[in-house]
Amino acid sequence: MGFRVVVAVLVALLAATAPAVAAPSPSDLEAELVCPTCKTTLDQSDSPIARRMKQRIRTLLSQGATEKQIKAELVAQFGPGVIAEPPKSGFDLLAWLVPLGILAGGALGVGAIAWGWRRRRRDEVPAEPLDPALERRLDAELERYDA
Amino acid sequence: MTADGGQRSIQRVAQVIALVGVAALLGLLIWRVAFKDTSGAADELAAGKLVDAPAFTLDRLDTEGGRLALADLRGKAVVVNFWASWCIPCRDEAPVLQKTYERYRDRGLVVLGVDVNDFKEDARRFMKRYGITYPVAYDGKGSTVGKWGVRGFPETFFVDRSGTLVGERIEGAVDIERNRETFERGIALALGDAP
Repeated sequence: MGFRVVVAVLVALLAATAPAVAAPSPSDLEAELVCPTCKTTLDQSDSPIARRMKQRIRTLLSQGATEKQIKAELVAQFGPGVIAEPPKSGFDLLAWLVPLGILAGGALGVGAIAWGWRRRRRDEVPAEPLDPALERRLDAELERYDA
Repeated sequence: MTADGGQRSIQRVAQVIALVGVAALLGLLIWRVAFKDTSGAADELAAGKLVDAPAFTLDRLDTEGGRLALADLRGKAVVVNFWASWCIPCRDEAPVLQKTYERYRDRGLVVLGVDVNDFKEDARRFMKRYGITYPVAYDGKGSTVGKWGVRGFPETFFVDRSGTLVGERIEGAVDIERNRETFERGIALALGDAP
């Protein structure tokens, strides 16, 4: 009985503290969708079709449509090019893979250079201490030179 | 291998990787420049070349469902008009195009509207408002724009009975003072009435 109460309290607490799934805002969507005539995101465009698309987004949001549903409707009308983010398939996949590849290559390069430096420093032979007699003579020569 | 030798081989590998990266990017650039179709049919027509009207098959807006291919109109003279419901000059020319269709239909001329970058429902409302009865194809994605070389809306082309572009492309609304002659000549050429 006690265990059940504890579980119920925990579930209630989790439900209360869990972040609610926020409805998308029109401005978020306008930054993620592209005007088909001017090829800029809707938030950057004031063309007639961009204005019409913004109006449609607001109407769909007021009807309770989700972000996915709104994007699906716009893709059905204007094609996949209306989504600002490149698709993760086909040739467009390169837009995702190339930057990641460059990043990974850069990290490998930096790692390799650091490894090379460290290895070179380890291999360096420490200088042998001077013979005390020679050191005394060198000091004397330097003092005479300064004088 | 000495430390210097190891360092040199690392440098060599890094140089090769950098070179391969640069070569790949250069290759992509060349491929893009070489294979991208930058000049549409309109530019070739303006240069005086004999150009076949670029083919398309699109959904119809003037009927419930169905597809419409330009090739289906072979044997007819076609006035191809690119438009959109949000385009203001398109409203001015819509009655003119409808009248043209009614006037020349019996002689085998078809006005074919291509609604581009538009909401289907907006396009249908526009067609109803302006009493458009000629065939209209829907190109929401704008797939015809590049092939035809359309630069803005509206734009009008003339296609003769063999499917070849004739006359001049009209940019802006048709049958206003500045292009009435071009419009009438385009129709005559498409019908085969003008040399």
